[in-house]
Amino acid sequence: MSTPTATPPATAFDDDDFKAVPKSDRPLSPKAPDRESRPAGHSRATASTDVAVAEPGSDTSRTPGPLHAVPHMSQDMLDAFGREMEAIRKKHMDDRGERDATYIRSIIKAQRRLEIGGRALLEFAWVPPFWVAGVAALSASKILDNMEIGHNVMHGQYDWMQDEELNGRTFEWDTACPADQWRHSHNYMHHTHTNIVGKDRDIGYGILRMSEDQPWEPYYLGNLGYVSALALLFEYGVAVHDLETEGIRAGDWSLKERLPMLRAIWDKVKGQAAKDYVLFPLLAGPGAPATLSANVTANIIRNLWTFSIIFCGHFPDGVEEFTEEETAEETRGGWYVRQLLGSANLTGGKLFHIMSGNLSFQIEHHLFPDVPAHRYAEISVDVKEACERYGLDYHAGPLPYQLFTVFRKIARLSVPTDAELQAYLDAPRGNRVVKAAAGAARTATVGAKGAAGVASSGARGAVGAVTGVVGGLRRTVTA
Amino acid sequence: MTSTTTPPTTSPSRTGGLAQRLLGTKVADVLAGPHDVDHYLELLRPDWAVRRIRGEIVAVEHQNDDSLTITLRPTGTWPGFQAGQHVEISVDVDGVRHRRSYSPSASAHPRTRTIELTIRRHPEGVVSRYLKEHARVGMFVGLSVPQGEDFVLPDPRPRRVVLISGGSGITPVLSMLRTLTDEGHRGEITFLHYARSPQDLLYAEELERIAAEHPNVALLPVYTRQDATSGDPRSELTGRFGPEHLRRALPVDEDAAAFVCGPGALVEAVRNLWAEQELETPLRFEHFAPPVLPDLDPDQLGDVTFAGSDVTTAADGSTLLEQAEAAGLSPRSGCRMGICLTCKCTLNSGVVRDTLSGEIGGVPGEEIRICVSAPVGDVSIDL
Repeated sequence: MSTPTATPPATAFDDDDFKAVPKSDRPLSPKAPDRESRPAGHSRATASTDVAVAEPGSDTSRTPGPLHAVPHMSQDMLDAFGREMEAIRKKHMDDRGERDATYIRSIIKAQRRLEIGGRALLEFAWVPPFWVAGVAALSASKILDNMEIGHNVMHGQYDWMQDEELNGRTFEWDTACPADQWRHSHNYMHHTHTNIVGKDRDIGYGILRMSEDQPWEPYYLGNLGYVSALALLFEYGVAVHDLETEGIRAGDWSLKERLPMLRAIWDKVKGQAAKDYVLFPLLAGPGAPATLSANVTANIIRNLWTFSIIFCGHFPDGVEEFTEEETAEETRGGWYVRQLLGSANLTGGKLFHIMSGNLSFQIEHHLFPDVPAHRYAEISVDVKEACERYGLDYHAGPLPYQLFTVFRKIARLSVPTDAELQAYLDAPRGNRVVKAAAGAARTATVGAKGAAGVASSGARGAVGAVTGVVGGLRRTVTA
Repeated sequence: MTSTTTPPTTSPSRTGGLAQRLLGTKVADVLAGPHDVDHYLELLRPDWAVRRIRGEIVAVEHQNDDSLTITLRPTGTWPGFQAGQHVEISVDVDGVRHRRSYSPSASAHPRTRTIELTIRRHPEGVVSRYLKEHARVGMFVGLSVPQGEDFVLPDPRPRRVVLISGGSGITPVLSMLRTLTDEGHRGEITFLHYARSPQDLLYAEELERIAAEHPNVALLPVYTRQDATSGDPRSELTGRFGPEHLRRALPVDEDAAAFVCGPGALVEAVRNLWAEQELETPLRFEHFAPPVLPDLDPDQLGDVTFAGSDVTTAADGSTLLEQAEAAGLSPRSGCRMGICLTCKCTLNSGVVRDTLSGEIGGVPGEEIRICVSAPVGDVSIDL
């Protein structure tokens, strides 16, 4: 589906039995005005910023669109796509009710049961079957709490229920990251600036090189090591995310300014650690070590799982990145297309989607972050259909394969291409230490390149086997 | 139309004793963290709570086609109330939590451990209609702490107490009447109540019983529908509240306290006469009137009040966020396109237009995204 359609969507509307979305002439975004003419009645202060309004009569569909990834999408097509997405959003927002409430309450009930059951079992964690069952229940509880409940509630998906326990602004979750900092780094920074290199801090989380557009430096030779550590300790990675610690290396980071945030993180981490690593083990008496090991394991399982789902949302092969320049004059329609092209879905069964907090529908989540997530499956049908008409890529794949492409990318980007290396060496540098490191890097890269090559070919073989098994399983299921 | 049940005198919600006290400790908080203990208790023992207040419906009684009396057994966290106060109950209807205030009608005497609420169904009342149809024994509703500091019996009790009510405004004053008789109050109590007809008189048998048992209680029912006046032998008075009714209710203007609760017209009439006759007796009043939503033109511009900053400015059609910034405030904001919720702010009064969908909405207390909300008419937000 990467071939651009020759027909502009306007014609596609007329030919199709698709119920055409009425062309509204109100602006699609309060900040970035739609290119449609605005009504005279609403005196918007942004009128002066309205740029690039098409000359009356000019055929704008011929001029290349602003996004390099989809040159066939003219500004008009972007906005038409945006309006279709708005219509889908409205359909589901208007329909919210008992069904959504019943769903989220049943998930919460399940989480509470798993939590109580898991904690009870783990008081007897020295009995091996109890250890296993307890770890399973506790990790499942934490995963549900963080993803299907916490992440989605904090997007305000259930604010309309007026239940103070499900209020997106006050919800707190069972992980090291204080919810308030998450609301800033995720809801605002990441969801607004999705995949814009330099603005979306989720690209590499400030420690990894995840994009060719991030200039290479020797530090990134450790990419695979960093990502492994991040995966294991993901909750702490998320916890310090909003501190913007990458600023330390650039020197524009003030400890004093960040002190309140650090204090909040410390308070949160303290509570989490006291509960999982001190109090519950102590309650188990002589069985404390077993309980402690079980709690550590449950947290790590949760970390690995959430890391996998989240990294497969934006970094697998085929997912687009954007520059600040091409999105500077972005309209709401352009924002929608960027969300679509910058995200990738994971395929799987119903339980898989629930356990991933429906973030397996990352595309739909980024298009409609405040629509209750359990609706994404049905929304995806409409989105896919629209993508086909507009000639837009809709990325999706099974978790093991997507994760493999992510790691392949991380391995590849750890070593520079010749041009990147040259660019690094040519760049003016402040001190001799860095220069020396650069020299060392040159020799190291040769070795690393070889190692990365071996690793990636090995991984490729493994993934081939996994894909084969998954395919086989699927055939068995359908049969 | 039966009489109400006698409230149980024991406190069954307290049976948890030690267990409940342990659950209220700091250790329990850390163990349940980052959620609270009530989060889990709701699943295990909904009749227990350490912070939140819930009530279990233990009796449901349909007084007539429109009114319903429910008896709630509150969790141990219920602090008790003073006669005349009201409490907010919350129920989920179609997935949305709704909150409404009702005045308990039972005695506030400490031995009463239940809360009795009489709810009148309003044609458009979401909560009252839901409860009238769905209230069942065993159901739980959320409760607030009792509210209202003004409309309560003064301490020490005055000799004479005059209780005036109309329609479903009977509930808080009935609670006062029951509390006074439970306390063994010896002074005169006048209960002047306005109903449309004898069939509409709530708690008829209960009132009769109290009047029979307590010679110091004078029961004065008034029926406002003309053809209904002769239906009740006790009905000595007719028509609307006026000087004659006042003379019967308060023969001596001394060492007394008066309370009026009911429809706006009744409260207004009582207050006016009180002022006209320059009475010494303090009058406390409470309205029972549903809020009226004004009919607004979506483009109507009014005043915007940023209540937290004490700033009011004339609306110019832009979003509340832009207006706040133009007024020199610096509200928290993020994406400015309605997705990140950073700018969410409580709407105190008025309605807003969603600049994305054009829809008009907003109820007081709702949190709105001010970056995509433009004021319609006068609006106040908590900023």
